[in-house]
Amino acid sequence: MFEGWDAVVLARAQFAFTMSFHIIFPAFSIGLASYLAVLEALWLWTGREVFINLFNYWLKIFAVAFGMGVVSGIVMSYQFGTNWSAFSDKVGPVIGPLMAYEVLTAFFLEAGFLGVMLFGLKRVGPRLHFLATLMVAIGTLISAFWILSANSWMQTPTGHTVNADGQFIAADWLKVIFNPSFPYRLVHMVLAAYLTTALVVGAVGAWHLLRDRHLAGARVMFSMAMWMATLVAPIQIIAGDQHGLNTLEHQPVKIMAMEGHFQSHQHGAPLILFGLPNQEAGRVDYAIEVPKLGSVILKHSPDAPMAGLDTVPRENWPPVPITFWSFRIMVGMGLLMLALGLFSLLMRVQGKLYDSRLLHMFAVAMAPAGFIAVLAGWITTEVGRQPYTVYGLLRTVDSASPLAAPAVASSLVAFIIVYFIVFAAGVIYLLRLMAAPPHPGEEGPPKEAPIRTAGITPASQGAAS
Amino acid sequence: MSIAVDLAIVWAFIIAFAVFVYVVMDGFDLGLGILFPLFPEKRDRDVIMNSVAPVWDGNETWLVLGGGGLMAAFPLAYAILMPALYTPMIAMLLGLVFRGVAFEFRWRTTKARNRWDIAFFGGSLIATLAQGIALGAILQGVHVEGRHYAGGWWDWLTPFTILTGVSLVIGYSLLGATWLVMKTEGELRDRAYHLSWIFLLAMLGAIGAVSMATPFLHVQYTQRWFAWPNILLTTQVPAAVAAITVLLLRSLAKKYDYQPFFLALALFALSYAGLGISMYPYIVPQSITIWQAAAPENAQLFMLFGVAGLIPLILAYTAWAYWVFRGKVKPESGYH
Repeated sequence: MFEGWDAVVLARAQFAFTMSFHIIFPAFSIGLASYLAVLEALWLWTGREVFINLFNYWLKIFAVAFGMGVVSGIVMSYQFGTNWSAFSDKVGPVIGPLMAYEVLTAFFLEAGFLGVMLFGLKRVGPRLHFLATLMVAIGTLISAFWILSANSWMQTPTGHTVNADGQFIAADWLKVIFNPSFPYRLVHMVLAAYLTTALVVGAVGAWHLLRDRHLAGARVMFSMAMWMATLVAPIQIIAGDQHGLNTLEHQPVKIMAMEGHFQSHQHGAPLILFGLPNQEAGRVDYAIEVPKLGSVILKHSPDAPMAGLDTVPRENWPPVPITFWSFRIMVGMGLLMLALGLFSLLMRVQGKLYDSRLLHMFAVAMAPAGFIAVLAGWITTEVGRQPYTVYGLLRTVDSASPLAAPAVASSLVAFIIVYFIVFAAGVIYLLRLMAAPPHPGEEGPPKEAPIRTAGITPASQGAAS
Repeated sequence: MSIAVDLAIVWAFIIAFAVFVYVVMDGFDLGLGILFPLFPEKRDRDVIMNSVAPVWDGNETWLVLGGGGLMAAFPLAYAILMPALYTPMIAMLLGLVFRGVAFEFRWRTTKARNRWDIAFFGGSLIATLAQGIALGAILQGVHVEGRHYAGGWWDWLTPFTILTGVSLVIGYSLLGATWLVMKTEGELRDRAYHLSWIFLLAMLGAIGAVSMATPFLHVQYTQRWFAWPNILLTTQVPAAVAAITVLLLRSLAKKYDYQPFFLALALFALSYAGLGISMYPYIVPQSITIWQAAAPENAQLFMLFGVAGLIPLILAYTAWAYWVFRGKVKPESGYH
């Protein structure tokens, strides 16, 4: 079995599969950790009970999502070695330290304070507990900082040299960390995480408003989420445009694939809205295009010349159809988010935010939009930089482990089976938690109850009461 | 050049430290999962789970540091060992997935709780077996050509690695049982004492068996342990094992709370030191030394700043989290 398969293709499939599952959870928990910190701060500040109820409501959901993020993340940290050992040997001296710093500054911070955040409110009191929540939220952001720095360096490598063994070596760590695409990618990803969370929170609020539009908790979360969509969706579109211009400067071939520009255009490139990219023939079939708009968007001038894939050797082409379509899906989701934000603003101004069933149904339908956009965006940037792992310097085929196809195929099958069992169950539990309406006197995660009474010393009994 | 040599040794100790802290912290945690079938009562299982729920995530982070640190500080070793240990590594990761989610999932369902309890047990057992097997496979050495692993994906499977796998299952069970002695009360604690006795005796057998088998793997190991004057130092290890064992037996007989767990950890520390004596200075035994595998000096130095500044801080707030949840865990009547 699997003898005739290509081990590198299988390893890529495994990375794509495990990464796609993993990225969903951090995208949600980065935003949710910040949201929980905001809710707890509002509770401490105003003393309003609705905020602590919402905090406990979302804390239970956070605990489940975070657990799934942790276990799928451990897989990622070892997969570099198991499936991409040649990459690890050559690139380890540069991105290894970045990931080690992620562990030291972010993972430990999150993990160390998570227990107190989940189960410790009655043990340490509200102020220390808020500190723990804040540390977890900050930890998720620091984690995003390092992992996106590592990813960005692979996309736009700078500040390095190569030694006699063919290993990349950092010549200037600041240039490695703050490589050219990093600031854009970091902003774009963190905003995406916030939007993803806002859309889920908004959908849950809307779902409960459709049943009872006077439910206090549902009103508060819906309103907060819609402010987020109204304000952040437009900012995200601007950030995405800036990121695109940065990509045009450093990875023009990726932009050619995203735009479906097989041909060069001397007098202004069109914007291809839709079509079927034909990699074999090197053209977009059935293209619907707006003349010169491509140059307007990317070069801010209708007649600016734009090079196409015909200027690039074929062996350096990324898979165009995937890049082309995933990009359009991401942009489509972004435009829908903008529409939701504007619609909710209109309803808010008219005083109908909690009454418009159409708005609530729209918000419920948009629950998965953030996840879809994150995945599509990730596919765009990762498939679009093929055939390289370190852009322009190390090819994907030269990065893989010296493994036979049956080994990689077996582990891929094992991952698929296990992930579908585990994460399907997890999603069902998450949906079940979200289907229950937030109510006054909301309890935190269940383990709070037995742990609260624990303690062998009078001091801990005192702290517990 | 002298500074590069120093850094490689410093980093070998840092990685060894991270892996040991992982064993200290996640060992009992995995051991609890392995012991799960021996405590069929839901009430006991809730207590066992709650005794570790607030800290398990932090415990596993040390595994990420061990792996990530190895890639960063000794990329060549990481690149050779991971493909060589392909099957046990994948099995370990999948096992950790199952047991990790069980912490949350078992509270989210009544119907399927038993299934997540089985997942918690199975995942813990597989992850532990895989770690023990990986350890044995590293000790027996792997086939290296140039800068690559050059063996097959089942090369690791030998009687020796099965022995180390089973030994680690026994060892983690001992840690789990003594942890329960420390963290629980009443009938649950009595049974934990009983199990501690059994697993202590089994662990002594396992330490003996692995110690006997290791020198036969490579002639270098034999020389390391038995050649003069090394033997003056190396005989201290079994002597210390004997001393700790006596203390541990005494603490179990006297039904102490804390001593059994920490003495069991001391047994682990000694076994770990023995491992270090066998392996040094190789990181891939008999093929790649820590100097050959070391990342360039500036990478090791860059990370050393972070480690020196942050590890004490991490240990401090980890200790605080354990302190917050200190003491015996009691079941609350009427809960669920």
